Amino acid sequence: MMRRYSPLTIWRELDRLQREMDRLFDEFSPTRLRTAPDFPAMNVWADEESVIVTAELPGLESKDIEVNVLNGTLTLRGERKPEELPEGARVHRQERGYGRFSRTLELPYKVDVDKVKAVFKNGVLQITLPRAEEDRPKKIAVKVA
Amino acid sequence: MTETKAMEVRKEEMLPEESERTRETRCFIPRADVFETDEDIVVLMDIPGAEQDQINVSLEKNILTVSAFCNPAGPEGYSLAFAEYEVGDYERSFRLSDQIDRDKIQAEYKNGVLRLTLPKAAEAKKRKIEVKVS
Repeated sequence: MMRRYSPLTIWRELDRLQREMDRLFDEFSPTRLRTAPDFPAMNVWADEESVIVTAELPGLESKDIEVNVLNGTLTLRGERKPEELPEGARVHRQERGYGRFSRTLELPYKVDVDKVKAVFKNGVLQITLPRAEEDRPKKIAVKVA
Repeated sequence: MTETKAMEVRKEEMLPEESERTRETRCFIPRADVFETDEDIVVLMDIPGAEQDQINVSLEKNILTVSAFCNPAGPEGYSLAFAEYEVGDYERSFRLSDQIDRDKIQAEYKNGVLRLTLPKAAEAKKRKIEVKVS
């Protein structure tokens, strides 16, 4: 069957097609791909009085990791050194990356810098950041009138 | 030449299907580096979070399998506010081409990296045949 388009219906049709394509592309690009996390990936845990930040940093020594806290921002710096290969070694595969990294994370509140603790175990860094005393929410008792 | 290659692929497909894991946690394929020297094959794997006594290394025939378990629970009393990575177990297998001296395999675990040193068996070293140009 033949169909004749008037100029107006062609534009309308193209417009519809574009919207259709946009919708398809939105569906097929998962959010995970669009926002690939920087290195190192971090997880943030929280309770009422502190925040715990964890990061996977396999292959680093604790002395190679630099943790800085300043005005509610946490900065993590370090370097993963490449494996030193013995002479005459033939590389079969190399998937592990190396190099310098630096990452800053904005914390939700002021931190008591003196009480920040960082532990490095089995390649996982765990930083505990207690909330500053003056910044903690005040509990207000509700009185019955 | 191409024919033998095609056959090899078919063989791989015939391997029994992977069985299901009993643990519900996610399982990851760890990133690995593999290099070879005249004496041994060295495998490095990133398995952050795994405890030393939760790492299993086995060598059956020429299949090297590494599995490691992690505790996926976070710090006690805290709730996850923001996550960029997931914690789970690790598993990966490699097919080795050389004969390995099983008794001398060394495994070291440090800072989340497993390092396996697999010495080549004496007969495998000897069996190398020089190809001469005629």
